[in-house]
Amino acid sequence: MFLETKNLTKRFGGLVAVNSVDFSIEKGKINAIIGPNGAGKSTYFNLISGFYKPTSGQVIFNGQDITKLPPNKVAELGIARTFQSTNLFEQATVLDNVIIGHRLRTNSNLFDAVFRTKRLKREEKMCRDKAMEVLDFVGLTESANQLIGGITQEEKKRAAFALALATDPEIVFLDEPAAGINPDETEGLAILMKKMVDKGITVCLIEHKMSMIMKIADKIMVLNYGEKIAEGTPDEIKNNDAVIKAYLGGSAIA
Amino acid sequence: MSTIFQRKNVIIAVILFAIAFPYLTDNTYYIHIMSLAFIWTIAVYGLNLLAGYTGYLSLAHAGFFAIGAYSIGLLTVKAGLNYWLAFILAILITSFLGLLIGLISLRTKEHFFAIYTLCVGYVIYLVIDKWDSLTGGVRGLIGIPAPANIGPISFQTPVSLYYLILFFMLLAVLVAYRIVNSLTGRTYIAIRNSEELALTMGIDTGKNKLVVFVISTAFAGVAGALYASFIRFIGPEVAYTTVVFDLLTFLLVGGIGTLTGPIVGTLLIVWISQQLQFLQDYRMLIFGPVLTLLVIFYPRGLVGGFYAWKMKREHKRAMKANSAKSSDSAIGAKDQVKEG
Repeated sequence: MFLETKNLTKRFGGLVAVNSVDFSIEKGKINAIIGPNGAGKSTYFNLISGFYKPTSGQVIFNGQDITKLPPNKVAELGIARTFQSTNLFEQATVLDNVIIGHRLRTNSNLFDAVFRTKRLKREEKMCRDKAMEVLDFVGLTESANQLIGGITQEEKKRAAFALALATDPEIVFLDEPAAGINPDETEGLAILMKKMVDKGITVCLIEHKMSMIMKIADKIMVLNYGEKIAEGTPDEIKNNDAVIKAYLGGSAIA
Repeated sequence: MSTIFQRKNVIIAVILFAIAFPYLTDNTYYIHIMSLAFIWTIAVYGLNLLAGYTGYLSLAHAGFFAIGAYSIGLLTVKAGLNYWLAFILAILITSFLGLLIGLISLRTKEHFFAIYTLCVGYVIYLVIDKWDSLTGGVRGLIGIPAPANIGPISFQTPVSLYYLILFFMLLAVLVAYRIVNSLTGRTYIAIRNSEELALTMGIDTGKNKLVVFVISTAFAGVAGALYASFIRFIGPEVAYTTVVFDLLTFLLVGGIGTLTGPIVGTLLIVWISQQLQFLQDYRMLIFGPVLTLLVIFYPRGLVGGFYAWKMKREHKRAMKANSAKSSDSAIGAKDQVKEG
């Protein structure tokens, strides 16, 4: 099993944001999590990436229980993520933003900084090379030296992808990558996600753009009020009664 | 490439001026003021690493400055230790207390961190003020020795002391420069920009913040120790809240989060205050509004404002070169900039 959650539950006071969700993410595939607003999708991401500690349940990655690990340790194991808002620093260049992504694979410390050791120089070059490599991968080589504040929303999304990829991840969690960009650009990001999978990186995304999900996802999980209501291939999901009900308002009684 | 040489030249010119300064004036008072300004500069560089680059505004900085000053004072006057041993111990004591306070205060963030450290700073002041048997209370500590000779070099004259302080100031600038321009510095900047994002990038934010907090207190400790042996007398007021706001003013005027900001701001304000001595406390009537305007229009201080202006000019130049090629793309780029 690559990455799975067992009975994962998160309560905020009286609200059960994620309710005993069992899901396994398939390696080398595009996995998608969909659901109406407030269904607990982002909370689910935050539980896996270590930002929230679950009330109960487990997260298992490559056979290791990572439920209680802090986010930085989770990242070290090879789990990367992006945020809905890209969180990039507007006043710095794309390259400067992405260089830090490879920091977790380096060891140089304050001592190296003050004495400008060989290790620091080697690792600085390593980070820079990695940043250029991932910028090339997402197609941003040209914009490397532009300020984040001066590039388009779509380019920012790509930069956020690049930053996640710079950590050398095995799996990338993307929180609404296509929010706020037009259909043509969405298509471009879909191609990029496929390219990531081809390179051997597993993708798991939250998305509201159904046309895109149905086209690219290999496996979909549907959340509603924190509970998993369906799981399967795009075709299975399309014809699932519970899903149709959730989306078309059948659950309004609740 | 030419800009690098330009910058290098400017730095060399400034250092040469600083070295030649005692010979350019016969007025020992000016040398005194300059030495004092350099001491403050060291403390401001420490504050800048924490507040400017990591995004944690510590208002306990004057407290740590005072801890450095009182440590060396007590170790030399009361314990009779060798001066340089006391100097090193003073820095270690300050850093150690910084570590302890950092462990607790860094559990808070943003405004809460600023308020918490403000309280810590005030507590340090109170301890110094009220612990009469150790610190001498309001009477202060008298007779702190000047730095002891290093081999044949003596630091008894104001000029030699000026050079010693200049040396420590340049060392502080160098250390700050190297930290900022390294992966460690990038790590701090990443924490400042978004702690959440830094965490997902695998950065141990807790450890990094603690390290930079301790470094910043060490800078304050060095400055405090130099201050004590320069003035030769210290009282509890070195820990008082106004001192930390002085330091913060220097940093804000010069440019928070810039490498040259601390020295520009400190020298500028110290000299202007000296020139406006005749106004006494009414000086603040000038400083207050100027500082407010500066924060509104140049949030990154004079140095930040200068860089912004330079970038704008270069951008305009690039625009012109672009529009010569094709007017369409230039308009597009302009729109993009506006968007940002």
